[in-house]
Amino acid sequence: MMNHSQPVGADYNYTVVRQFALTTVLWGIVGMAVGVLIAAQLIWPQLNFDTPWLTYSRLRPLHTNAVIFAFGTSALFATSYYVVQRTCQTRLFAPKLAAFTFWGWQAIILSAAITLPLGITSGKEYAELEWPIDIAITVVWVSYAIVFFGTIVKRKTSHIYVANWFFGAFIITVAVLHIVNSMAMPVNMFKSYSLYAGAVDAMVQWWYGHNAVGFLLTAGFLGMMYYFVPKQAGRPVYSYRLSIVHFWALIALYIWAGPHHLHYTALPDWTQSLGMVMSLILFAPSWGGMINGIMTLSGAWHKLRTDPVLRFLVVSLSFYGMSTFEGPMMAIKTVNALSHYTDWTVGHVHSGALGWVAMVSIGSLYHLIPVLFGHGRMYSTSLVNVHFWLATVGTVLYIVSMWISGVMQGLMWRAVNSDGTLTYSFVESLEASYPFYFVRFLGGCFFVAGMLVMAYNVFRTVKAPKDSLPSLTEAKAA
Amino acid sequence: MSSFWSIWITVLTLLVIVGCVFLLVVCNRNDTGIKEGESMGHSFDGIEEMNNPLPKWWNYMFYVTIVFGIIYLLLYPGLGNFKGLLGWTSANQSVTTIAESKAAFEKSEAAYGSEQGDGSFVQYDREVIQANERFGPIFDAFAKTPLEELVKNEDALKVGGRLYLQNCAQCHGSDARGGKGFPNLTDNAWLWGGELAEIKTTIMNGRNGMMMPKGGLPIEDGEINGLAEYVVSLSGRDHDAALAAKGQASFMKGCFACHGMDGSGNKMLGAPNLKDNAWLYGGSRMAIAESIQLGRSGVMPAWKDILGEEKVHVISAYVYSLSQKDESK
Repeated sequence: MMNHSQPVGADYNYTVVRQFALTTVLWGIVGMAVGVLIAAQLIWPQLNFDTPWLTYSRLRPLHTNAVIFAFGTSALFATSYYVVQRTCQTRLFAPKLAAFTFWGWQAIILSAAITLPLGITSGKEYAELEWPIDIAITVVWVSYAIVFFGTIVKRKTSHIYVANWFFGAFIITVAVLHIVNSMAMPVNMFKSYSLYAGAVDAMVQWWYGHNAVGFLLTAGFLGMMYYFVPKQAGRPVYSYRLSIVHFWALIALYIWAGPHHLHYTALPDWTQSLGMVMSLILFAPSWGGMINGIMTLSGAWHKLRTDPVLRFLVVSLSFYGMSTFEGPMMAIKTVNALSHYTDWTVGHVHSGALGWVAMVSIGSLYHLIPVLFGHGRMYSTSLVNVHFWLATVGTVLYIVSMWISGVMQGLMWRAVNSDGTLTYSFVESLEASYPFYFVRFLGGCFFVAGMLVMAYNVFRTVKAPKDSLPSLTEAKAA
Repeated sequence: MSSFWSIWITVLTLLVIVGCVFLLVVCNRNDTGIKEGESMGHSFDGIEEMNNPLPKWWNYMFYVTIVFGIIYLLLYPGLGNFKGLLGWTSANQSVTTIAESKAAFEKSEAAYGSEQGDGSFVQYDREVIQANERFGPIFDAFAKTPLEELVKNEDALKVGGRLYLQNCAQCHGSDARGGKGFPNLTDNAWLWGGELAEIKTTIMNGRNGMMMPKGGLPIEDGEINGLAEYVVSLSGRDHDAALAAKGQASFMKGCFACHGMDGSGNKMLGAPNLKDNAWLYGGSRMAIAESIQLGRSGVMPAWKDILGEEKVHVISAYVYSLSQKDESK
């Protein structure tokens, strides 16, 4: 059962949590809608309307930045600020600085939304923003760290809860990754060149790139999972000792995994082997989080029948398990030789991004928003259920179509005739991919439709009169 | 890599792997002082944590990946400068120039097949040698056939077509009709000659097509419209006769040196025939004027070092066959 009673004397700072929670929904819709548009452009190229700032090349980084840094990171801000207060039983440290992180982060998102379509980019994947914005990110991120760790320091509990280990690791590592990878020599306000060159530049970029996945999209969201899954299920966390092993192993191993993005390139052999080996060993620690989350449900499985919020959280863990199995497999050089540069990679990323990151955020928000606005539940539980099915079907359509087209592309590219010439030209593999591009587009439409349902539900919940939305248990009692 | 970095990498790698084993051993023991299956006793916002053991199958899985990792790092390069027991490398890691690369490949080729041959473990070299062994005879046979006979060999044309699609279509198009700046190969208008041997020379060594702005001649801007009109007249299209006559006078300032007195071009220089209505950069008055005003340059790369003469031989036959089809129509 949901218990919102607060310890005596504790009066949490929910303002910044509310702000980030609502912008998560907004940026989710924007980022995913841009994703659907560029998916459509791959089928109907005319959809760029011959306008430079609507071309695929400029909107693709807008899509990735919007979903990772606007949607995903807002969700992390909201939940980490909420979780750290409640599990430390204390108000946020430096509330003005916390407010600054909100407005600062929104300003950064806006400047990204303007500069990326204008074609202003550093050219590094997931780190496209130019140097003045990079500096702003650093300032906001350091403020975030001060607020978060300041709150941990003044906690009223003896221990630090496992969710906060993950949030803490995510905040520190993202700061390090961002600063090191963004080091550049400015030419003017809108152009800079990386401080690194050649294979070193590529390696720094993918050390950053893969750990953006590892620490932001995995560790951060595991922090979210560790609070909202046990809370929503009303069950204790399965194993404290499992938390310890998988936390330390995860953060120690992830940082090595970057080179698997550069298999069969100019990167030295030893770097590639190390990246592959560490990625493989990472498999078990990654699954530790899934086991701890899913086993937390033991004794509460029946709740899945009635609680679509819990369904979101559990399905997100299943997709997490799937993509963290797939990832180490794809890091094996032999498998990578087939999968690299194909749509399989795109499918893999989205089984993580839609199935895990988006679903766990959505589930957490459905838990969080009623609490933040003084209600017992969301305005409509059946709309949450509708959203659940839209999101699940959308994710499945997306990843299955990309698996098929990815493996097909990989096989077509390597097919060789008896005379040693390639059987297919590149264009033929592209032509064969069109049906799958359409299914992917369809999956994206499903997912965005779900987000719109969510926006309506959130709007009605926020606007609902006080005490009009009692929790299911309270309603039964009355 | 200096020995410092080699040690640094090796130590850190082993520290992480041994650290994982240590974590597993410690956490599999129950040192918490709390019975297994009971709550740890702390509660965070109502969330408790149980002291359950690590799942057995998960333990095994973790150990299997660790053992695999260690074996892999023993066999393959990974631990700093340690080359691995198999001596495998993906490519010649130390070469920095094409000459060094060629020398290293020749060493691999010489060592290939011998028991201890060290070069045969360079994966890229080995794959190239194996491909040459397997497919070489096919192309050797083609190469021994004179081009005149090869163009009648359907199999050769099929192979040539595939090679064309993978290497030439990027510029000349998959239908070989080219594009602006990229010659159409089906129209029988040849800048550098359309005989079999000429086509092969072009592909083997590449070509540099160049016309300076205004051909490098003392032509005034005011003359360009006339010149363009004259060029239009050369290709037998409707034109303003008076303007074209003025243009002809400008043409005589020196354009004929390359394009010929009658404008029929010169394949020795790659100077286009202006009478055949085949236009590399467009045949409108505006496009012609632009070509004269600004000049043009185009490069066809040399393929002999990329594909080798045997393959160029087959492609030449295929390219030749493309324009022959059009003629028969």
